[in-house]
Amino acid sequence: MKRDEPVLAGPAPRLLTLKNAGVRFGEVQALEGVDLTLRRGDRLALVGANGAGKTTLLRLLHGLVAGSGRTAHAVDGRPLVAAMLFQRPFLLHLSVRMNVLLALWLRRVPKAERAARCARALQRVGLGALAERPARTLSGGQQQRLALARAWALQPDILFLDEPTASLDPSARREVENLIEQLAADGVTLVFSTHNLGQAKRLASRVAYLEAGRMLTDLPCDLFFDTRQPPSAAAAFLAGELPWA
Amino acid sequence: MGGGFADSLRAAWALVTGFDARLAEIVGLSLGVSASACALAAGFGMAAGAWLAVARFPGHRAVVAALNTLLALPSVVVGLVVYLLLSRSGPLGAFGILFTTRAMVVAQTILVLPVVAALTRQLIADAWRGNGEQLRSMGAGVVASAALLLLHERLALVTVVLTAFGRAISEVGAVMIVGGNIDGVTRVMTTAIALETSKGDLPLALALGLLLLAVVGLINLLVAALQGNGGGAGARKALA
Amino acid sequence: MLAGLGLLASPLLHAQDKTIVMASTTSTDQSGLFGHLLPAFKAATGIEVRVVALGTGQALDTARRGDADVVFVHDQAAEEKFVAEGFGLKRLAVMYNDFVVIGPKADPAGVRGSDVTAALTKIAAAGAPFISRGDKSGTHAAELRYWMAARIDLGAARPKGHQECGCGMGPALNIASSSNAYLLADRGTWLNFRNRGELAVLVEGDKRLFNQYGVMVVNPAKHPHVKVALARQFADWVVSSAGQASIAAYRIGGEQLFFPNAGQ
Repeated sequence: MKRDEPVLAGPAPRLLTLKNAGVRFGEVQALEGVDLTLRRGDRLALVGANGAGKTTLLRLLHGLVAGSGRTAHAVDGRPLVAAMLFQRPFLLHLSVRMNVLLALWLRRVPKAERAARCARALQRVGLGALAERPARTLSGGQQQRLALARAWALQPDILFLDEPTASLDPSARREVENLIEQLAADGVTLVFSTHNLGQAKRLASRVAYLEAGRMLTDLPCDLFFDTRQPPSAAAAFLAGELPWA
Repeated sequence: MGGGFADSLRAAWALVTGFDARLAEIVGLSLGVSASACALAAGFGMAAGAWLAVARFPGHRAVVAALNTLLALPSVVVGLVVYLLLSRSGPLGAFGILFTTRAMVVAQTILVLPVVAALTRQLIADAWRGNGEQLRSMGAGVVASAALLLLHERLALVTVVLTAFGRAISEVGAVMIVGGNIDGVTRVMTTAIALETSKGDLPLALALGLLLLAVVGLINLLVAALQGNGGGAGARKALA
Repeated sequence: MLAGLGLLASPLLHAQDKTIVMASTTSTDQSGLFGHLLPAFKAATGIEVRVVALGTGQALDTARRGDADVVFVHDQAAEEKFVAEGFGLKRLAVMYNDFVVIGPKADPAGVRGSDVTAALTKIAAAGAPFISRGDKSGTHAAELRYWMAARIDLGAARPKGHQECGCGMGPALNIASSSNAYLLADRGTWLNFRNRGELAVLVEGDKRLFNQYGVMVVNPAKHPHVKVALARQFADWVVSSAGQASIAAYRIGGEQLFFPNAGQ
């Protein structure tokens, strides 16, 4: 089907759709009335204050929490493959290599391919030399790179990232951002939450602003940050965060 | 009383250095029975505990409460129940293992199984609380999560096994009833202590008790040394 | 699960070692007799006897459940009931030992002598502390008979100072030793007892203090798995001249403890 599509015509295929989606935890409505269409190639940044619902939205999109209004679309006739990165990755008390292999095993990647995919992924993130080290002895930045390798090896359609560099020092942050960009260049769709608006500007093609469980704005990146435009719903937030707004 | 205790210390030392063959047999039997029971209990108990920590089903809380209640199982009650099961007049009498070390292993396994399961459940549940979401995101189901968390927490699980071993090797109620304290066959340290006490040979009984503590203490030191090596190497690497 | 079943089942696969289980009493076991007698039996027949030592009542119950092959206790009335109920084959008399009344050396109740009923009467009159086993044992049964012979009704008019511990001979001696009380004990346990304190033997030699032992093979009609042939060998040996001689030869501190009287 893809052969027939002219290269520049028509929007990219849909991967996930949220229509009036919501998530409720007991008494609390964490997310409400969210409309979102995620297409292949999107690099969507989620911004907003703490507790606005960014993490909940990520979890809903990934399918980790139960909610309403979510639809996943098949890709080339097979189900969607998604992976997620967390602020502090959970690494097992095993070697770097074993952590990646186990992730491949959990996703039922055929045995014959596992070793090769693992080695390639570790090379990509620059951890090839540290493959036999206990994963827990790595620095914060290295651990997040391992998490990226773990996700990359799965060849996902979508990568969700929940404040992936919030715990890292600036140089580690730059390394991880570079790798995330490479992943996107490989064709992986990104959805990430961040407090760092500079990061959003650097990496995103699209920015969505959440407040109190609702998505108030969803704009292409340059429009979102354009100060000449009439104030958007995120204006107050941006004013607080960006010194020059 | 102070003099009596000093006598016992001297007697205990004499026992250790004298290396009586019968005493060695009794100590060996204690270690063998309790170690076997712990091995069996660890196998089933860790699997059950980890699964219970991760799985959710209606009545889950009741099961956990019941498991924690079993921690207080009196050893003598376990002995009685196992005796009635293994007695020739009981349902499993045909196996004919009453008054043998096998019966003792069975009884102690039943006794420490809840200990292993409950402690494992607590440990794994804590790990699950922190990391369950990431495991699910990686595609791990209940069984895979339980297995991976057991692997992840293996150092802490050693302490669980040692706790179970301490409980097993120090109990007397169960092994007395199902073993019969038969000289040379089912006599272990605790039943020997009970016997010497009832014979009025209190210094000897106390000496055996001190010996039991010393044996268990030695095992704990050994394990700590092994763990210390592993942990130390990890710490050095982290700082490098 | 499989490992567990294997654990249970493997005895069935072993070749039959020649062993039997004998239910006996703690007082007999603690007298040390078995340490002397059973090796002699094993040397003669190659059969290993495994002794489970309990109170008389418990020993008979264990045999009733079929968990022992032979019973060796000292309560004739209970033994005859056991046979009458069909749990045992014939009862054979083996030997007797004696009971003694133990008490503080100072003997405040003045019981020293060789008359057990007089002693108990004096103990009751003085209200002196007396430890009773109260545990369905042969010793306890004997003690109750002596109180009855002294015409003292424990139910209606319990003597001040009479206490039941529900325990074995050794623990009872421990209690008596620490509270300077009187009690009835079998000579064997007393001779092996280390924690004597102020206690000494005060009354002995009364014919009524003799304690008769009997041996019974458990009836295979009730429990087909019982090792009848081997158990019979034991019963027959212990009443034979070889067994009886071995019993007579057992001494503690040069003193003979058990007096063989099979066939009498």
